[in-house]
Amino acid sequence: MGERSAVPAPGIPFLRQAQVVARLLRALPPDSVLYEAEDTRPYECDGLSAYRQLPMVVALPRDEEEVRAVLAACRDLNVPVVARGAGTGLSGGALPRGDGVLLSMARMNRILSVDAAARTARVQPGVRNLAISEAASAYGLYYAPDPSSQIACTIGGNVAENSGGVHCLKYGLTVHNVLKVRALTIEGESVEFGSAALDSPGLDLLALFHGSEGMLALATEITVRLLARPALARCVMASFGDVARAGEAVAAIIAAGIVPAGLEMMDRPATRAVEEFAHSGYDLDAAAILLAESDGTHEEVAEELARMIEVLERAGATAVRVSGDEAERLKFWAGRKAAFPAVGRLSPDYYCMDGTIPRRRLAEVLGFIAAMEGKYGLRCPNVFHAGDGNLHPLILFDANAPGQLARTEAFAAEVLEKCIEVGGTITGEHGVGIEKIDQMCVQFSARELEVFRGIKRAFDPQELLNPGKNIPALHRCVEFGRMRVHGGKLPHPELPRF
Amino acid sequence: MTAFEPSELVVTARCGTPLAELEEMLARAGQMFAFEPPHFAAEPPAGATFGGMIAAGLSGPRRAAAGAVRDYLLGARIMNGRGEVLGFGGQVMKNVAGYDVARLAAGSLGTLGIIVEASVKTLPRPSAEVTLALEMPGERALESVNRWIGRGIAVSASAWRGGELAVRLSGAASAVAAAAAALGGERIPEASAAARWAAIRDHRDAFFAGEEPLWRLSLPQLAPSVDLPGEQLIEWAGALRWLRSGADPQAVRTAAARAGGHATLFRGGDKASGVFHPLPAALLEIQRRLKAVFDPDRVFNPGRMYPGI
Repeated sequence: MGERSAVPAPGIPFLRQAQVVARLLRALPPDSVLYEAEDTRPYECDGLSAYRQLPMVVALPRDEEEVRAVLAACRDLNVPVVARGAGTGLSGGALPRGDGVLLSMARMNRILSVDAAARTARVQPGVRNLAISEAASAYGLYYAPDPSSQIACTIGGNVAENSGGVHCLKYGLTVHNVLKVRALTIEGESVEFGSAALDSPGLDLLALFHGSEGMLALATEITVRLLARPALARCVMASFGDVARAGEAVAAIIAAGIVPAGLEMMDRPATRAVEEFAHSGYDLDAAAILLAESDGTHEEVAEELARMIEVLERAGATAVRVSGDEAERLKFWAGRKAAFPAVGRLSPDYYCMDGTIPRRRLAEVLGFIAAMEGKYGLRCPNVFHAGDGNLHPLILFDANAPGQLARTEAFAAEVLEKCIEVGGTITGEHGVGIEKIDQMCVQFSARELEVFRGIKRAFDPQELLNPGKNIPALHRCVEFGRMRVHGGKLPHPELPRF
Repeated sequence: MTAFEPSELVVTARCGTPLAELEEMLARAGQMFAFEPPHFAAEPPAGATFGGMIAAGLSGPRRAAAGAVRDYLLGARIMNGRGEVLGFGGQVMKNVAGYDVARLAAGSLGTLGIIVEASVKTLPRPSAEVTLALEMPGERALESVNRWIGRGIAVSASAWRGGELAVRLSGAASAVAAAAAALGGERIPEASAAARWAAIRDHRDAFFAGEEPLWRLSLPQLAPSVDLPGEQLIEWAGALRWLRSGADPQAVRTAAARAGGHATLFRGGDKASGVFHPLPAALLEIQRRLKAVFDPDRVFNPGRMYPGI
């Protein structure tokens, strides 16, 4: 400890930090424990950079035993632990605590085995999503869920957030593609959720673990299912004169019995932003475009494309283009995948939402968003996973302009509450984290939230794993003042209201 | 049934809705429950219900290809042990708000609460299906089926017993025809193939008749054949192995665990040693605590799954 700087970073309790560091150094080598502000700075936020906090200590374990040692130290000293993969999450799920340990899985990044015959891969949690598909490609296999951050995001983070991607309409979310998770509880017990078989005895803890945002246990090894890489994929780009019509075309495709590999929609402000950036050849006169992908054997793709084009034309598409070759297909997708950075060039800051709605309410919700643009005086291009009803409206703002961040958050809150009103949810794939924790009070009743808190304590009685995320404390909902009211009666009428 | 919108691929129904009724309605819309839930009792009121389908968490022949009940469960309203009705998940495809309590209800055997209403994702029925019968020994059958799936052939069901492998291919007509030609074997006429898969799904097949204890072994699909006396029917590309055997329960459980899976005494036999595979202590403790969250007074099906749950 002799080399540490004399002045601790602001907000970090110095003596406590020294105590935790000393304890961690008993089990971990010196380069695996970071505590100087210049070393911990890279961990101060995840993909939701509006929220920042220097962690008290960063631990970088290399194997399960080191993770166990970190957890034992935190348990003994009653220190909160926030796990982090690549830090690409968009809801602040990996936002550190000034009184806690940030446990980075970055060094647990080995692919342990690929079983080509059984089509599974066993990997450590810090392995990048795309690295799994790269390792499997020699066998003609791949890992299907493909969040747009897949070159960087880790499988451990994907499990924690139950990540989706542009192909999850057909191939499912992370929860549908993971067979088994080996994890450590805060009590230091090794447990296995799921199995190498297709089910396991007892309650389905594997399903419960997915999307639990690092709050129940820490994954140390994950077995994923691999799929045969389709022989062929082709993408259709369809143009529409108005957004509502594009929405109806989405419903028509599904109603016709087609489940495309991907089904994405972008409105004109989004395509215009993207086109300058990615040169995808999008139709800039269209009010909205749809990208629909078909994959499978050559026969399947030919049959599905013909049906899809027929439905799109009947649904009023003003133009339909099919990717001629693989290069063109990738070009079509490059624009969609670059939507966030492209929109980011239009404005100093943008705020990405993640509500999901029943598809049939698409036109209504888009109309609502347009009205909110007027109300708050902020622009909001829209890109979304139309097939899943998962919206990503991007509110453009300037954090340095007084009042704009507050206006943006109010705009976003209204849109998320609209999503709940039409029967949807505040988050389809980005998670609640710290970002949407107040909207949890709107989506769930006090009793439902109490169940969530009970589940948390069933795994983590001391509430040390990522506390304060995902599930709001009751007092937070009271302060937020948006507690859901059931039957005209406020839950917990005994509590004072301000 | 409370809501069905074909273009949303979601059906919402109350728990007591007869499964047969829902499936008929889905079929009229060209859709299905992709996990092919079994109907172990044929006629209402004893027939399978929507709520029972979720609570039992059992899936039929398409499971290995399409997923299980839990994979399609989007949301549920659950009455807990205090009589409060709570809602989790919803009717949309993607939802990561809060913990995924709805999926936890799938296969919970009524131990957490009453599933009052649920929303389940549906899928379009495949436009073509062909069932082939091929003669081959067990190990080669499993190796072959897995190799076909690994090559992208749309195997939607498989069943091997006594030297015969039945394989069902599903998908676009042209793709199914091409795959059927590549695989060879004897083509089973459509109507009798459908009856055959339904009989396996619902345990009306002759294999399931009689008094001999019925074990359900859930194993990694390519696990070598388990060395136990008795006849086997192998589904799900090897991941589900039905065993008729009076073997010692401990021997069955040990063999299943050694192969990387677990064994359930599904029907008959001596249930004194428990029906379900024993859980490691740490997992059992977590599950007991979860039970207490939903049902602190242990009103719902106490002991149905494990002591204390």
